[in-house]
Amino acid sequence: MSDIMTAKDLNLWYDKTQALKNVNITIPEKSITAFIGPSGCGKSTFLKTLNRMNDLIPTVKITGEVCYNGQNIYDSIVDVNELRREIGMVFQKPNPFPMSIYDNIAYGPRTHGIKSKVKLDEIVEQSLRDAAIWDEVKDRLKKNALGMSGGQQQRLCIARALAVKPKILLMDEPTSALDPISTSRIEELAIELKKSYTIVIVTHNMQQAVRISDNTAFFLLGELIEYGETEKLFSQPVDKRTEDYITGRFG
Amino acid sequence: MLSKKRKAYIGTMKLAMYVSTSLTATLVIFLVAYVFIKGIPHISWELLSTKPSYITGNIGILPDILNTLYIVIATLIFVIPLGVGAAIYLTEYAKNKRLVGMIEYAAETLSGIPSIIYGLVGMLFFCQFLGFKTSLLAGSLTLVIMNLPTVMRTTQESLKTVPQSYRDGAFGLGAGKWRVIRTVVLPGCVDGVITGCILSIGRILGESAALLFTAGFAHALNGFFEGLTSPGASLTVALYVYAKEQGEFGVAFAIAAILMILTLLINFSATLVSRYFAKKREL
Repeated sequence: MSDIMTAKDLNLWYDKTQALKNVNITIPEKSITAFIGPSGCGKSTFLKTLNRMNDLIPTVKITGEVCYNGQNIYDSIVDVNELRREIGMVFQKPNPFPMSIYDNIAYGPRTHGIKSKVKLDEIVEQSLRDAAIWDEVKDRLKKNALGMSGGQQQRLCIARALAVKPKILLMDEPTSALDPISTSRIEELAIELKKSYTIVIVTHNMQQAVRISDNTAFFLLGELIEYGETEKLFSQPVDKRTEDYITGRFG
Repeated sequence: MLSKKRKAYIGTMKLAMYVSTSLTATLVIFLVAYVFIKGIPHISWELLSTKPSYITGNIGILPDILNTLYIVIATLIFVIPLGVGAAIYLTEYAKNKRLVGMIEYAAETLSGIPSIIYGLVGMLFFCQFLGFKTSLLAGSLTLVIMNLPTVMRTTQESLKTVPQSYRDGAFGLGAGKWRVIRTVVLPGCVDGVITGCILSIGRILGESAALLFTAGFAHALNGFFEGLTSPGASLTVALYVYAKEQGEFGVAFAIAAILMILTLLINFSATLVSRYFAKKREL
């Protein structure tokens, strides 16, 4: 497996508070990488640096590099919109747009210039199928997406992210607002999707990390404490703090 | 058990509440009823569809109705793009929070200034300095300045009600800022914007002081563009003229009744619009 993303000496400040300290990590292609750690440890912040969603917060300052296919994404020549097309994002709370299911999925492709009805139809169907929700919604594509259940909305958001044909999918605690059945469906989906996509998932739920991820990174107070194969990290953690966290001694 | 003192206290308070509520309600009902009783008998098709003539002694308010319509249209043409545009800039683009705060404060102050002052400034600036003379256009531009803060502030408030998560979702798909605003933010708050505009139509309709100085008193029957460049009285100004200078109180009350009905209609449509969109969003 080759590496698709690398962070080098990444530091991030919100105003004067340092939220990430010298993070170095490489993320392998077509696998699931999980970020774990207690609240406020910087895992979500770090996830957002990977497709520059932190740009939207005016007080953020970043030093260091994040390379995607060898290109530093913070370089001024990088087109942020194109970058976010290739590195998609699924958020903690399902956030479908207040429009029809069809228009939700077609939003991304339309943004990137696809106008042909035939082509859009094809993308919508394929994305919904890939997100394992096609059978549930195929008869009501014109209905408002806000009428769906929370779990369906989240899978719709995944389908929406897939519709722009990304290479990487960043998931920010995608199941924390969902019930156990919806959660397990999303987990199955993630495992299915890693055949074609690289997935980076932030999770509060350590069992989830164990169940689905290949590699796990443990963050604490803005630092990357330990990073390695999931099985190894959970069975033989090297760092004392990792051990304390995964055995539930704090957090 | 409540003590006697306590009971008396509650009773008095309740009484005071009922008295003040009924006083307020009676005042409004009295006002509306008085205007309608005095005004409606004087409303006739002839009044609505003719222009006044000193030769025949005829009194008609068609020119005033049209002038009002022209003023509303001309004002909206300027105030909507300016107000909505400014609101979008201030909420979505502006980075300097202090500057935004200052502009918002200025806008709020601006909307509290008595309208006669707008009239005075409009007269000196538009009519004389820019050479528009006394005309509907000068009047409309004065009303633009007057209504700009209202439209801007209501738009800003409704922009702020659009959840950040919608914006994040769209940005996360690689949409640019303008596309996010156009396709996600504006559709999400269009009802607030429309309601703001409808309410400012109400203000335009009701304005008289600012127009006395800038738009004049003429009752000539004009087309839209011709009308904009010539002086003309709006319904409110005509009301003033008929009541104060010609002693035609019947006509004045007829106009008052018409204005009252229009205001009711406008407020009603504002409610309808916001209800329609609220329903649409719930689906």
